[in-house]
Amino acid sequence: MKRQFNIESITVGHTEQLNISKMTFVVNVEDEVKLEQLIKQLSKQIDVLKVNDITEKSIVLRELALIKVVSPGNIRLEMNAIVEPFRPQIIDTSKNVVTYQVVGHPDKIDAFIELIRPYGIKELTRTGITASVRETQPSDSAPQLSILK
Amino acid sequence: MTANVSASEKLDANAISQSQPEKKFKPKNGADLLIQALHDQDVEIVFGYPGGAVLHLYDAMYKNPIRHILTRHEQGAIHAAEGYARVLNKPGVVIATSGPGATNLVTGITDAMIDSIPLVIFTGQVATSVIGSDAFQEADVIGITTPITKHNYQVQDVNDIPRIVKEAFHIANSGRKGPVLIDFPKNISADVFDEALAEASREKEIYLPGYQPNSKPNYLQIQKAIQAISESKKPLVLAGAGVLFADAREELTAFVEKYKIPVVNTLLGLGSIHGNHELNYGMAGMHGAVVANDAIQNADLLINIGARFDDRLTGDTKLFAPNATIIHIDIDPAEIGKNIPTDVPIVADAKEALIAILKKDFQAPDTNAWIDYLNEKQTNYPYWYVEDEREILPQQAIQLIHSITNGDAIVTTDVGQHQMWVAQYYRQNHGHRWVTSGGLGTMGFGFPAAIGAQFAKPDKKVIAICGDAGFQMTAQELALLKEFHLPVKIVILNNFALGMVRQWQQTFYEGRYSQSLMPVQPDFVKLADAYGIKGYQIDTLDEASAIFEEALNSDEPVLIDCRVKQVENVYPMVPPGKALHEMIGVKKF
Repeated sequence: MKRQFNIESITVGHTEQLNISKMTFVVNVEDEVKLEQLIKQLSKQIDVLKVNDITEKSIVLRELALIKVVSPGNIRLEMNAIVEPFRPQIIDTSKNVVTYQVVGHPDKIDAFIELIRPYGIKELTRTGITASVRETQPSDSAPQLSILK
Repeated sequence: MTANVSASEKLDANAISQSQPEKKFKPKNGADLLIQALHDQDVEIVFGYPGGAVLHLYDAMYKNPIRHILTRHEQGAIHAAEGYARVLNKPGVVIATSGPGATNLVTGITDAMIDSIPLVIFTGQVATSVIGSDAFQEADVIGITTPITKHNYQVQDVNDIPRIVKEAFHIANSGRKGPVLIDFPKNISADVFDEALAEASREKEIYLPGYQPNSKPNYLQIQKAIQAISESKKPLVLAGAGVLFADAREELTAFVEKYKIPVVNTLLGLGSIHGNHELNYGMAGMHGAVVANDAIQNADLLINIGARFDDRLTGDTKLFAPNATIIHIDIDPAEIGKNIPTDVPIVADAKEALIAILKKDFQAPDTNAWIDYLNEKQTNYPYWYVEDEREILPQQAIQLIHSITNGDAIVTTDVGQHQMWVAQYYRQNHGHRWVTSGGLGTMGFGFPAAIGAQFAKPDKKVIAICGDAGFQMTAQELALLKEFHLPVKIVILNNFALGMVRQWQQTFYEGRYSQSLMPVQPDFVKLADAYGIKGYQIDTLDEASAIFEEALNSDEPVLIDCRVKQVENVYPMVPPGKALHEMIGVKKF
């Protein structure tokens, strides 16, 4: 990349408005100065309408992963039981392989992958993160109620 | 008997439109629409080079004439457009064909991008049906130019042409200026347009919700700036090219005179205040004046107006202006805080910001002691050289050119030693007469840029000061001087070397002159003669004055091969990685 930013993930798709797409970036930045530059450089693009840094916002954040795992019939039930708390969906199966779909916070997906890894991951596909800012944000200017202040 | 057709078979290149007398031109296809859109933008001149993918365009130009300058290489065309744009402060227009035509523009586009020069560039493209098939003369021009243009378009619908061209000129010439490219597939240039749709697209107001450059300064930030100025004891203005782009020369001069604030310039900001103004302490940076760099290091307030804190200006950024509060006025918000942390950011057009400050009357800082200090520095540490009995020093040649032209000429350069010496010794009396490749440092820029500058200002004296190596990168454009009767004066400061490379090898690589010497150079006088231009060669200082006098005052194009001392270095110098106060080659007088 021209300005030495390392993009962790990008997701993009249409929005409710015709001809307008929304992209969600996860970017590792060293410091505030780099972050400010990143936002300014993106904003500078003529086709970019708006850039929001939602790192500190209250957001809903989701990623989807498709994980193909070796799963012979004799241990499949055991596997399903182990992964059950992650509420994955089984979206494809064959004789020895099962494909799980997991949706959620990337930490949850990481945990799921670690859990399933010993069984033998055949293929891993992650979408990257997409996010939406919550309608209700904790207000910074809310009156300080504590009497200790 | 058949008619005798052999008498005048030579085609007259300037016979445009004579073949189409009195017939009112009616646009039909995309190419016609594009030429019409150029007329709508009052484009007076286009620099270009035809080829397969732009044949429709050149045919449309033949039928609906627009002044087109056929250069001898696309790079010549784009540098000429840059010179034109720099002098007139409005977009230069370039046309090239697809593939190699477009890729030959890449250096010029990048040069314009980094120096914020407004250009609108049209490249031909293969037909949409074969884009992506590695067709003949196909190149992914949108992909190639995305990081080096302010914006680019590929036309997908013939009826969109008027809108796209209008937007392109708007984007190129507003906000922080820059190059905008329009990639134009051949089939779309042949498509017949829908009159109603095309007219609607022509009439449509520009609507770019993602591009709203802010030119008006924020009131609170102006208040903060004013407070900082009135509280300062050692304020300093650093004036960059933004002052010139905003046409804010008068406002800058009025501001610094009113509050008695000294000024230093960036390389590209030279001319933003009169070169001999008593408050002007010259160029700062790597080869800047000792006083200018000293002023930055000792200032308690640095007011940057339209400069981008380039590394050649700042030296070691951690030690740059260590005592100063920084006010940064820039039209591009991304420049603020990019290289140097800013205390008072003002995102605005330089002119509007200066007017806002000038409108307020506030307590002027007492700068008398500061100015006395700087004056003493300036007297004690001027630019210097040691005269040579046998050889001409390049600095002396530039001083002669300066005195003959009184600092009034339009001067263009390439990059390197000669560029730095011109910046040091050719003090500009005016704005928009200094045309140099700053950010990109492009060899071969100066001569074609001078051609563009001469087209922009036919009555002004235009001097291209080049090195012997750089000149040869675009020397083919010599043909244009004769063809268009352009009285450009070419001065080659000929040291038979890549001077700046050689200087760095001498200074930092123990004199290992690896590939920086060019012992065999062409006979430049004969080269000029081959192109029908008068050439001069200067070997001694004794003859220099008379020859420069004659050649520079001629009404014809001339080429002057001025032989200068090879082992001469540009001083003073901030070594790479060092701070502005750590200059070498400093002499006290």
